Amino acid sequence: MADSTLPIGSAIDLTPPSESYGTWLEQVHSWVVTVDHKKIGLMYIGYAVVFLLVGGFEALLLRIQLAVPHNNFLPPEVFNRIFTMHGTTMVFLMGMPLIIGFANYLVPLMVGARDMAFPRMNAFSFWMTALGGLMLYYSFIGGVGLQGAGSAPDVTWWAYAPLTERAFSRGHSTDYWALSLIVSGFGTVGAAVNIIATTICMRCKGMTLFRMPLLVWLYLIVSGMILIVITPLTAAQIMLTIDRYLGGHFFDSQAGGVPVVWAHFFWIFGHPEVYVLVLPAFAIANEVIPVFSRKAIFGYPAMVAASAGIGLISLSVWAHHMFTVGMTSAQNAFFVLSTSLVGVPTGIKIFNWIATMWGGKIRFATAMLFCTAFLIQFLFAGLTGIMLSVAPWDWQLHNSYFVIAHFHYVLVGAIVFCFFGGFYYWFPKMTGKMLDERLGKWHFWLFLIGFHVCFDLMHIPGLLGMPRSIYTYEPGRGWDNWNMIVSIGGMIQGVATLIFAYNMVYSYFKGPDAGPDPWDAWTLEWATSSPPPEYNFASAPVVASRRPLWDLKHPEDPDSRYE
Amino acid sequence: MSGRWLQRKGPGSAAYALLLLLSSAGHAAWAVPTDTVVYQTPSVFDAHSGPALLIHHLSLFVMQITGAIFIVVASLWLYVVVRFRQRDPNDDSEPPQIYGSTQIELAWTVIPVLITVVLFFTTARFLFAIQDQKMPPTALDVDAVGHQFWWEFHYKTLGFTTANELHVPLSTAQVPTTTSLNLLSADVVHSFWVPELNGKIDMFPNQVNHMWFTPDKPGMYVGQCAQFCGVEHAKMLLRVYVQTSEDFAAWVKNQQQPAVQDPAVAEGRHLFESQSCVSCHVVRGTAAQGKFGPDLTHFMSRDTLASGAADNTPANLKLWIKDPDYVKPGSLMPAMQLSDDQIDKIVAYLDTLK
Repeated sequence: MADSTLPIGSAIDLTPPSESYGTWLEQVHSWVVTVDHKKIGLMYIGYAVVFLLVGGFEALLLRIQLAVPHNNFLPPEVFNRIFTMHGTTMVFLMGMPLIIGFANYLVPLMVGARDMAFPRMNAFSFWMTALGGLMLYYSFIGGVGLQGAGSAPDVTWWAYAPLTERAFSRGHSTDYWALSLIVSGFGTVGAAVNIIATTICMRCKGMTLFRMPLLVWLYLIVSGMILIVITPLTAAQIMLTIDRYLGGHFFDSQAGGVPVVWAHFFWIFGHPEVYVLVLPAFAIANEVIPVFSRKAIFGYPAMVAASAGIGLISLSVWAHHMFTVGMTSAQNAFFVLSTSLVGVPTGIKIFNWIATMWGGKIRFATAMLFCTAFLIQFLFAGLTGIMLSVAPWDWQLHNSYFVIAHFHYVLVGAIVFCFFGGFYYWFPKMTGKMLDERLGKWHFWLFLIGFHVCFDLMHIPGLLGMPRSIYTYEPGRGWDNWNMIVSIGGMIQGVATLIFAYNMVYSYFKGPDAGPDPWDAWTLEWATSSPPPEYNFASAPVVASRRPLWDLKHPEDPDSRYE
Repeated sequence: MSGRWLQRKGPGSAAYALLLLLSSAGHAAWAVPTDTVVYQTPSVFDAHSGPALLIHHLSLFVMQITGAIFIVVASLWLYVVVRFRQRDPNDDSEPPQIYGSTQIELAWTVIPVLITVVLFFTTARFLFAIQDQKMPPTALDVDAVGHQFWWEFHYKTLGFTTANELHVPLSTAQVPTTTSLNLLSADVVHSFWVPELNGKIDMFPNQVNHMWFTPDKPGMYVGQCAQFCGVEHAKMLLRVYVQTSEDFAAWVKNQQQPAVQDPAVAEGRHLFESQSCVSCHVVRGTAAQGKFGPDLTHFMSRDTLASGAADNTPANLKLWIKDPDYVKPGSLMPAMQLSDDQIDKIVAYLDTLK
């Protein structure tokens, strides 16, 4: 039954959902066999949240070991496995599923489509990603590794050769790393194909490419990048496996093998990978900041161009991770140039966001608090990135705690903050219930304090000469107190994250009803009920501008008159 | 600090107490050799050599630019966050919708590009100055070879090899002296980093990398391996001793001698040469010519053993030989299953290798 008094008119189906869901087993079965993009998106997101807690727990173990020098909480074999798993988990089992989950849920809704272009491949992609993660974690118990510490990989998440060759990495820990990521890589590529096809082919009537929400643009660019950069990683992991089992010498120093080629392959994947992770955070900011500032995004075409520019230039910067490997000065200089150039479109985006808030009427709901903190934190992270792009200074800072502080500033301070904002913004749409704002504020302020105590101060031991990947450090080098405070900050973030997890569970059962459009927003996902019915829209939407719901709510001043 | 922390309530001090408890439990469980603590902070801002000074100057320039950018943009952010908040929660009217401005957007594109150009050209100048510096013919030429988990220093023009503690001559304005370090690896990727003397350069097998320094102040400089190289990466510590030309010449003269042959410890030397010690270690002038482990010809002239893992004392040496895994778990030296008496004799022998 349609209600034509609501925006979008007949698009919202207000038929009460049927009360009978079937037995518990039937419900679980419906999730296992689903091809609905919304359910698949929720499974990706749930998977990511579980691994956020696991990876976070691993981080807390590391920080306990590093809180005092010469600590004996974790022996080196265990510490090396935990930090390798922490990095690998957070990037591949938390970061990637989280961004793909949000894409899966939102992209079809935002373009007014019924589902993704290839629903069955969508389900296949999720299960491949999930399988990869299970394979990786099985390594903890699968087989007794050397020195009885299990077979979890212990070679850092970037797994430089020849440490990963059979001569130096006996047992199967490296194999678990390589093979589980190859498997989950299939899932990632499948998701990218789906996003591109959906975006190019399934937009609703009237939605030209330049009328798509910026989130959809960013996911289009991200998907293009995924198609280009996952391949070098998979290829390198296959070559590594050939080295390890079929007598190859790609990355060792025998028979003409060249170890530094691994580094090139890995970082050709690895650098764009972190942009694959951060662009979706920008996507969320692009949706949340305008709605809570009550203004259209400032400079939509420039935002599209800047995002595409970031995606493209980021493919050319990889060897700024390798300034110390002994490339020629001309080669080093090239990567200094390309890396500092990528800062230009990134800065443009920050200016555009501030300009969006300028002259607005900013409502600081929890979602907006997270995205506002993201802005200043991402600015800072970008500037320490510029410092790292200056190759001679990078010769000091590379592989130190300065780098760890920098990339956690981006990964946590930008990406996790934005995604927390995204949770508070879209949880009502996904579940039909509002997240508790009081718990949300506690979550935000506690996480903010913990984040800054931990990662602001983490820059200092790096500047004082503390390298990364070490299970302990010498007393008397002036690193002791900083490490203790950093560890405390980590604990505080842990508490805040638990509050967030509790908020999600509590609000799912006891939260107030959200209704279709609790934030008074403007994109198409708010034009259907919360949660949307399986078919999303009762009739296919027709749009005439970038903010279809703004046009309906403000018929006297529609966007279509201006842009 | 700990007293006050523990008296206060709140999540910060609770976390601190929990961390102290857990790490104390760890400490108590395992008593490693307690050694003298070397108090030295290897700050990247404490430059004592040509390349480190150049890097320091560049870093100040870069920080001024990034600092200015941060102040400008952060102030705008702060202004926006405070000034444009919704004052009246019941106010439902929408502010004027501004979609963009070509002039403003052009300005904030062009200015960052200009900043990038300035930054690039300045960086390139320093990059070429450090990396492409021509080595003077009088430079001291040393090969540094990274091993799991120790450093080999091969003074090829002076005719000896040592391990873990690098001695280099002082460079003064009157007598500038460059040390030219070639960086190699015997196994996996390592990285040579002594922050006060230079940035780090990696050591890749089958590849020769290079760095140079001109240390301006005598003393001992600490560093460590900066590329994860396996289980004991954290304990692959580095010491560089910068010596005046007289001290350095004296040190070189001593290192060039073959090993001391003290008849009082003949039994220990005999044990050393008949056990497998000789298959890994070199003691110049004896039958020990193994190349896998560190050169021990002048072992007692070093301050630490196991590349910084413990002070070089007979007590620690005894612990080390009895069970290297106890001092440095994961080190590649096996426990040789020697009796305590045999170890005592070998330690007495090694103690004479000054």
